Amino acid sequence: MKKILFAFVLFIAFAANAQSDKYVAGMQKNIALLDSAKTTQDFLSVSNAFERIGDAEKTQWLPYYYAGLALTRAGWIDKNLDKDANSGKINGICDKAEAIEKNAEICTVRNMAATQQMLVDPQSRWQSYGQAASAALEDGIKLDPNNPRLYYLQGMSIFGTPEAFGGGKKNAKPLFEKAVALYKSFQAKPLYPNWGQKQAEDMLVQCQ
Amino acid sequence: MIFFKNHLVYNVNYFTFEINLQFVKYFFLLFILSGISSGLTAQVAISGRVKDTKGHPIPGASISLKDTYDGATSDSTGAFHFTTTEKGEHILIVTNVGYNTFEQKINIANEPLKVEASLKEQLSELKAVTITAGSFAAGDSKRGAVLSSIDVATTAGSNADITTALKTLPGAQQIGEQEGLFVRGGAGYEAKQYIDGTLVNNPYYSSVPDIAQRGRFSPFLFKGTVFSTGGYSALYGQALSSVVLLESIDLPEKSEIDATISPLVVGLGTQQLTKEKKSSYGFSYNYTNVGLYFDAVKQTPDYFKTPQFHSGDANFRIKTKSGGIIKYYTTFGYNQLGLRRPDVDSLYLKNAFALTNHNWYNNLSWKEYLSNGWKMNLGAGYSTNTDNIVQQIENAGNQPLYFDSSEYWMQVKNFTLTNRQDLSQIKAVFEKKLGGISYLRFGGEYQYAYNSAVYNDTLHKFTDNFSALFAESDIYITNDLAAKLGMRFENSSVLGKADIAPRVSLAYKTGQDAQISAAYGIFYQKPENTQIFYTPNLGYTKATHYIINYQKMTKDRTLRIEAYYKKYEDLVETVPVSFNYFSYNNNGTGYAQGAELFWRDKKTFKNFDYWISYSYLDTKRQFLNYPQQLMPTFAARHTASIVTKRFFTDIKTGINLTYSYATGRPYYDFLINNSGKYYLSDQGMTKDYNSLGFSAEYVPSIGKKNPRTFVVLFASVTNVLGYNAVYGYNYPYSGNPELKRAIEPPAKRFYFIGCFLSWGVDRTQDAINNNL
Repeated sequence: MKKILFAFVLFIAFAANAQSDKYVAGMQKNIALLDSAKTTQDFLSVSNAFERIGDAEKTQWLPYYYAGLALTRAGWIDKNLDKDANSGKINGICDKAEAIEKNAEICTVRNMAATQQMLVDPQSRWQSYGQAASAALEDGIKLDPNNPRLYYLQGMSIFGTPEAFGGGKKNAKPLFEKAVALYKSFQAKPLYPNWGQKQAEDMLVQCQ
Repeated sequence: MIFFKNHLVYNVNYFTFEINLQFVKYFFLLFILSGISSGLTAQVAISGRVKDTKGHPIPGASISLKDTYDGATSDSTGAFHFTTTEKGEHILIVTNVGYNTFEQKINIANEPLKVEASLKEQLSELKAVTITAGSFAAGDSKRGAVLSSIDVATTAGSNADITTALKTLPGAQQIGEQEGLFVRGGAGYEAKQYIDGTLVNNPYYSSVPDIAQRGRFSPFLFKGTVFSTGGYSALYGQALSSVVLLESIDLPEKSEIDATISPLVVGLGTQQLTKEKKSSYGFSYNYTNVGLYFDAVKQTPDYFKTPQFHSGDANFRIKTKSGGIIKYYTTFGYNQLGLRRPDVDSLYLKNAFALTNHNWYNNLSWKEYLSNGWKMNLGAGYSTNTDNIVQQIENAGNQPLYFDSSEYWMQVKNFTLTNRQDLSQIKAVFEKKLGGISYLRFGGEYQYAYNSAVYNDTLHKFTDNFSALFAESDIYITNDLAAKLGMRFENSSVLGKADIAPRVSLAYKTGQDAQISAAYGIFYQKPENTQIFYTPNLGYTKATHYIINYQKMTKDRTLRIEAYYKKYEDLVETVPVSFNYFSYNNNGTGYAQGAELFWRDKKTFKNFDYWISYSYLDTKRQFLNYPQQLMPTFAARHTASIVTKRFFTDIKTGINLTYSYATGRPYYDFLINNSGKYYLSDQGMTKDYNSLGFSAEYVPSIGKKNPRTFVVLFASVTNVLGYNAVYGYNYPYSGNPELKRAIEPPAKRFYFIGCFLSWGVDRTQDAINNNL
């Protein structure tokens, strides 16, 4: 009887492992592609690849997370990209991810999507997209108060706001300090997001 | 039993063994396979091209084999290529934002596959063309907004008067001697204002001869403003040249108390938002007294009654369950003034004019989302306005003088007049979303108007039951081509006549941010009240508009070029019966044509926002006492404005300048000849008009987190350079051109200084919003 069970477990484990090997390999390959992507086209195709993995897996939020993250990267580098369309797509992907699991990492992607839309025309978009951006981070802090990326992004937002409106280096500094401290103790699980530490450290230097 | 059990165990063991063996084989096989899978498995290439329905390539589209990791992204030519180890029937999915998803069943065998995907563009309100011919949308929420509500308030020279700010847009004339918007050769009364869909009967403070009055409504009441200079929707009628559509704000964001302190005006008000944030109410009171100001800044007229204005308002707003909103706004105003100016017919006599006004305005509206894509807008309004006017000729010692009929031209200048206008109205508009983003709108309105005038002791009055039915459809053929077709039917009981007014406009997108629009429409308007008092069987006046417009708009730059032709028919002509007594007919005609340019740029100079408007106007009309077609006194050939705004964040101060220029306007004197007809006895052209307005706001609360008190200090000066404006001339009864008198503003400049305070709400966002 034990043997049957053993065999059965082994079988399941093996099948799952084969499945997970494919998933892990697919994710690793595309994370490497994301890290080496340079053009909008690169980001778009790696985002599409992640989205395909997500659509095929159906129970993994990480592929969607990376699909969204790749599009935010395109948003940062490409001045001519239609930010409303791009962010609309990002939010659609985040919806799919959150249908599987709600977490702070997805909130960071939503924050960047809204920030990019706000930057199109800060004057008239501050109220709508600026608030959506900070609300995304606040949601994230509720879900995981120890996620360093949330504070790094908060710091970036304050850093970019004119001093007269409550922004500037001085006000951003404590947030970067908090982010850097949290990065030191942050242990990313395999395949999980692990970006922002160097950027946060660099920003903290700029705030000195 | 035991045997059986053993047997079973045995069997099971055997089976397990078998499985284990299988496992090992399988393990082994998989192990080999996974190591060299790419080499061993037959891969099939799938390639193709993604295009839209017009055959243009779509780059960046995602191509995937459903439920697998395999797929690709189309390149800049729409081409894609990938390989797969899958076999058999699969679904190939092609997706791209803004397009409908493409799906195709494919059978993967050993041969490479080619798939041509044709994606249909989704109709999208964001991408679709909008009809812009003739209309300037201003508001924060509206797409295609040209000015935001705060822009209206911070336009130098406007002193937060909506109409004055709209005069910096092309199409409107710089008229200083009368209130109203004079649009494209149209008189002031040819432009009408609507709040939440219903007509405002008395949008301005009551007329004073030769001095333009302000609008009654503050720009902060409204979240959106549309200034249409022609070709407007079939939902609106009874305006020959222009409509201003004002949309009131919804629920306030927070409860607050506001105060205004200035040497001219004090005010206090509150807005209260209920806890559930589903409803709000508010009221405010303002008192304006220019006595102190007139002591400090000398005015040309002698004000024997200091202008004073009391105004109180109240409102409530309730959000409904299905996302609709009910809004009620009421305002009561009382004002008085009296001023004495030299009489034009003598060198020493004076003309004393006194006015008392009562005005009560009510507007109730209900916007509701019904099921099946239906939307409903109901509006109801009641307003009553009474002016008590006394005009009296006085001698040098300010004593009244009376005349007999031998000096009838002086006798008629002494009069009392009580004018009353009441308007009750209801309006219903139903909107149904058709397929895609097309809409059908229809509805009706009913107005009951009572107008009376007691001139000396004679009562004139009429009532009018006016009804209208209208239907309009926005049809999107594609994202790039849209049409708006409308029809309006109107009937007025006092005129005893009906009319049918068709409206058509088209818009075609010529590029990513550029479009061409065209509009055509027929517009009718009832004659003015005084004309109907004397001649009730008049017909509608009529205008036909033809407009073509080009617009290129990016997030921080707008370019608009518009040309138009407008034909006037059935304008009201005055027929003198005796001196100061007239009858009227509909024999007047006219035309207006012109071209206009608008350019707004927030980008070229950092933190600096400016716009430039230019209007060219060629217009002539024969109406009222004009004996032939003449350029009307309210038309200038060239008009231009430059509006600039700059906010200095480090000193938390905004500085705004507006410069307006217009070429001279004609002036005329018409006299009656022996056969009882008007003739042109004298004419001329005023000098050009120049005006430089300045305003500044200091917002010390900016940057403080959640300040308890939000403060704005505001200061403004009109006509900084002290230019002597002449709006026209008044002629004496004799018609002697030597004795004509220039119509000039009551003072060269108008100064305003004030402090606006609010408690309980962080208004910083507004300031950031506007100035970041």
